[in-house]
Amino acid sequence: MTVLTRRGRVGESATRVDGVPKVTGEYMYGSDLHAEHLLWGVTVRSPHASARICRIDVAGAARAAGVACVLTAADLPAARTFGLEFADQPVFADGVVRYSGEPVAVVAAETLEQAQLGADLVSVEYEPLPAVTDMEQALRPDAPLVHELGNVLRHVHIRHGDGADADAEVWVDGYYETAMQDQAALGPEGGLAVPAADGSVDLYVATQWLHVDRQQIALCLGLPEEMLRITLAGVGGAFGSREDIHMQIHACLLALRTGRPVKIVYGREESFHGHVHRHPSRSWIRYGAMRDGRIVAADVRLLLDGGAYASSSGPVLGNAATFAAGPYEVPNVLVEATVVYTNNPPCGAMRGFGAPQVCFAYESAMDELAAKLGFDPLELRLRNAVRTGSVLPTGQVLEGPAPVREVVERCRAVPVPPEEPREGRDAIAYPGGAGNVGRGEALKRGVGYAVGFKNVAYSEGFDDAAEATVTLRPSAEGPVAVIRTAAVDYGQGLYTVLAQIARTELDVDEVVFEPSSTDSGSAGSTSASRQTTMSGGAVLGACREIREALVGGQLEEAISRTFTYHHRPTTGLDEEGQGRPHVSFSFAAVRAVVEVDEELGLVRVVQLAAAQDAGRVINPQGAEGQVEGAAAMGLGLALTEEIQLADGAIRNASFTDYLIPTILDVPPIVSEFVEEPEPDAPYGVKGIGELATVAVTPAVVAALRAATGRALNRAPVRPDDLVGIEPSLRTSGRPPVPDVPGQRPIPEYHGLGLGQQQLMKARE
Amino acid sequence: MTITTTVNGVEHTVDVPPAASLLTLLRDELGLTGSKNACEQGECGSCSVWLDGELVCACLVAAVQADGRTVRTVEDLGGADRLHPVQEAFVAAGAVQCGFCTPGFVVAVADLLECDPHPSDDAIREALAGNLCRCTGYSKIVAAVHLAEGTAA
Amino acid sequence: MSGPSPGTLAEALEARAAHPEAVPIAGGTDLMVAVNFGRLRPEALLDLSGIAELAAWQRRDGAVRIGAGATFAQIASDLGEFPPLVQAARAVGSPQIRHRATIGGNLATASPAGDALPVLATYGGDVLLASVRGERRLRWDEFLVAPKRTALAEDELIVGVEWPVVDGPGSFAKVGTRNAMVIAIASVSLQLDTQARRVCIALGSVAPTVVRAPEAEAFASDALDWDDPQRPLPETVAREFGALAAAAAHPIDDVRGSAAYRRRAVDVLARRALAWAADDWRKAA
Repeated sequence: MTVLTRRGRVGESATRVDGVPKVTGEYMYGSDLHAEHLLWGVTVRSPHASARICRIDVAGAARAAGVACVLTAADLPAARTFGLEFADQPVFADGVVRYSGEPVAVVAAETLEQAQLGADLVSVEYEPLPAVTDMEQALRPDAPLVHELGNVLRHVHIRHGDGADADAEVWVDGYYETAMQDQAALGPEGGLAVPAADGSVDLYVATQWLHVDRQQIALCLGLPEEMLRITLAGVGGAFGSREDIHMQIHACLLALRTGRPVKIVYGREESFHGHVHRHPSRSWIRYGAMRDGRIVAADVRLLLDGGAYASSSGPVLGNAATFAAGPYEVPNVLVEATVVYTNNPPCGAMRGFGAPQVCFAYESAMDELAAKLGFDPLELRLRNAVRTGSVLPTGQVLEGPAPVREVVERCRAVPVPPEEPREGRDAIAYPGGAGNVGRGEALKRGVGYAVGFKNVAYSEGFDDAAEATVTLRPSAEGPVAVIRTAAVDYGQGLYTVLAQIARTELDVDEVVFEPSSTDSGSAGSTSASRQTTMSGGAVLGACREIREALVGGQLEEAISRTFTYHHRPTTGLDEEGQGRPHVSFSFAAVRAVVEVDEELGLVRVVQLAAAQDAGRVINPQGAEGQVEGAAAMGLGLALTEEIQLADGAIRNASFTDYLIPTILDVPPIVSEFVEEPEPDAPYGVKGIGELATVAVTPAVVAALRAATGRALNRAPVRPDDLVGIEPSLRTSGRPPVPDVPGQRPIPEYHGLGLGQQQLMKARE
Repeated sequence: MTITTTVNGVEHTVDVPPAASLLTLLRDELGLTGSKNACEQGECGSCSVWLDGELVCACLVAAVQADGRTVRTVEDLGGADRLHPVQEAFVAAGAVQCGFCTPGFVVAVADLLECDPHPSDDAIREALAGNLCRCTGYSKIVAAVHLAEGTAA
Repeated sequence: MSGPSPGTLAEALEARAAHPEAVPIAGGTDLMVAVNFGRLRPEALLDLSGIAELAAWQRRDGAVRIGAGATFAQIASDLGEFPPLVQAARAVGSPQIRHRATIGGNLATASPAGDALPVLATYGGDVLLASVRGERRLRWDEFLVAPKRTALAEDELIVGVEWPVVDGPGSFAKVGTRNAMVIAIASVSLQLDTQARRVCIALGSVAPTVVRAPEAEAFASDALDWDDPQRPLPETVAREFGALAAAAAHPIDDVRGSAAYRRRAVDVLARRALAWAADDWRKAA
């Protein structure tokens, strides 16, 4: 079938390079790996959110049938903690546990069942301690401390113009919450660690950044980095949940101890405990405007719950804070944003990285403002939208394209589906779907819009470069391009894009990939919508060098070039939150059309339309797929997804009760792309993967407000909220601004190890 | 307990623990890792297989229940050199991203098209309600079904 | 235990008596979840899925008898004359689940959210049990004792359910937060018996077990004009019925929903179910 060999170039919908093994079932994910004589590892986790470990007795487990090894903190050979930003997270809980689900021990046995039975036999005596499980409680002076350095992990202060003191004719003042969302990648955590005779280890793992994993793991194994080789296994989705270490250190420790390969795979329930989640948020936001619709002030107090360990909470907060006033020209801005430690499960990277939380707040507030001013909601956005040359609240000038007006107009222009007849539909075409709850009663349609924006690549001075090696090899059938990159493609289609770039630049059809491993230099993380730009730039650079080397000549032997691509430098934030923290920005406008059963509070989303500022679309089909998936995730946060906690313990760690959208929940999605090339970016690309997640949630909630007239200031919206059982959220007021030494995460001021920051500095 | 089951046309006699699932049997005993374990409870459809010709979640079938029965998995639908029309359609329509849900979907869609060769969008969505995907937002999966129905034998 | 799985009910009952440690399994859609999560570690399983006679159904003497092994897929395709049952079957999970999940499994698990259970209760059905000691039957509310607890004896197997065939329309509806694959937050099954001039309604997920709503039933049975199906159902009757049904619910707050919402949902679903039944009856007459 010819379509499968559509070896497209840049701009074409080239066939996915890894599609065939995925449809045949041959593609090997971290959880599919196998080795001869392997042992299975199972983790023992704390049920308590905060407790002292009085005693761990592993004797019973060690004696159990088939058990080869049991490890606890007592067995750690080198560094005892790890972390993306700060090494504050114990490999095994050491004397104290700080969240429910924290690993306390690991057991290796001949069979998975024996390992599970062994894990059950590890006897841990806990003395529960007072836990802090509310983010506002964490700020109070009498709150239990999660870590000695205090519960404030980072506070960012941004002051622009006159801050919150500006004169305005009309003010709105709102309070908004977003819940803890889970990435819920279908492919669970999994990997295989294989020890070698010389004391080194080969690790095959599903992850998002091989090199930052290696740096952390090696320190905990007490090995030089060259003695830990990481090869990428297939990743079944990530969306931020594979940035932090999960089973890697445990598996490597067991492998080195036992001298045998060790496989660890998390089941779904354990997966919820085994990775970070999206920070729940509370926002207090005031917009001040003139009657003519000009917004003159924004005053935001933002609070994020970081959970027990730092993960990437610092950068998430930085992101959220810098986007908190929205994609609008606001001359006077004050943002006070805090992320706190609590004894809740750790939070970190998830698609959007702080932008979804603030977008829900500012877009909800914008709708309030529009209503109060008597403005059409979209007209208010258009009136105030940023453009190229605008100054953001951080003082950063928007240098690249900022087609906010264009995306709004393109979104608005998508035809709204006509209203379906109320009666006579198939049962599943009513809100409530397969439940057969309606025949057309109490149906109300609503339409809502939201505009969102986000950065591309890493921020605040982080040089997340990407390396790639391209080799052009002659062959009987014509030249072949070989790409070697440590970049992770966990589904978004990066490798296909890289192949398209190589084909375009080298005028070849055949492109093959070498396995991704730490044999190559770092490509940085697959996150922050950065890889098309960064690894795309690296491949592009290598290809151009090959072309230069070939000029005039024939390809007689293989030519290889390695290129490291850097984005333009950024800076941190000064004491007033001013600087140039982001590389570039992209924007999206989303419209949601919903139908609500007003008596039952059930929702059917009829259509989502997303117009996105893409810079340049390398693969149209792939880009649409990314927008569609991102939109579904935003829809989940709007309607059904929430990790529910009771005293810091997850109550719904399963797919029965953590509800991700099914095919009956996600409507047809229309995606539009505005292509205004980003200068200095390869082909002018911008990142695609996160924006729809950012803007869909507020669009859906806006549509629900339009349908029901309810205030709805929390995501996800529950049926209780839509039928009016649940009153609007109250707040006891803005929490106090903490006293901090500066804008950086607090652990930095205590000289704690800088995780991936150290990795980047070490390369200089 | 020893059972004899025919998987993808090949008869296997295997010793299984009493309560092991068919999914464990397929993946760990027989090395057929195409069927995936994403939820352990039949919510996600990633382990969809045919048991005596009927679409089921392998994680909910006890291995002992496959004794004397036939099982068919994604591996039987087609290989790299000869793809099933549903497999081709998934690749061509852009319905594959991370691919973890894909084998389960491919089996469920192949099953749907056998029963209903030209399903409506509503029928497609109802039939695939038990297959979860986190990457695609489902749009291109629906498109893949329509593409496959045009080419399915 | 080893050896082939039982092919007849008699064999299964012998095996049950001889090996009480073997956990009976049919569709496995509840049992295997517990096994996969490590909550249950059976030493052995007693596979009932190969017993053809357990899956059969028949009409006899004005009653319908459905074998415990009938799957929801079979029910959805073969038992169209019982709309509440078919709608309940269609609302169960996915095709994969429906091909395996059985009505007997719903009974054995005895979750207050089991989809077929409100239907059984609406019909006032009996649960048929058997052991090597003989057969017996229990009324549905004698069998469903408490959440996840039944009156099944240790050596017994559930053989089927039986209820009188009733003339009249009915429906089943269940509420969940997303549009598919949900465990019911609240469910309602309703049946009009035009011969006996009764309205029967049962509620799921809003009490420790499935419950009927006798006050609502008495009210509606009395208020309906049984002589004139064409007479529209007054709005006030439907509303009162809904309110009375909601009053019969004793829901709790849990991870899936709040008690207040559950009561509201029952009110709405009951009101709609009665209106639909009146409408369907009017159209059929």
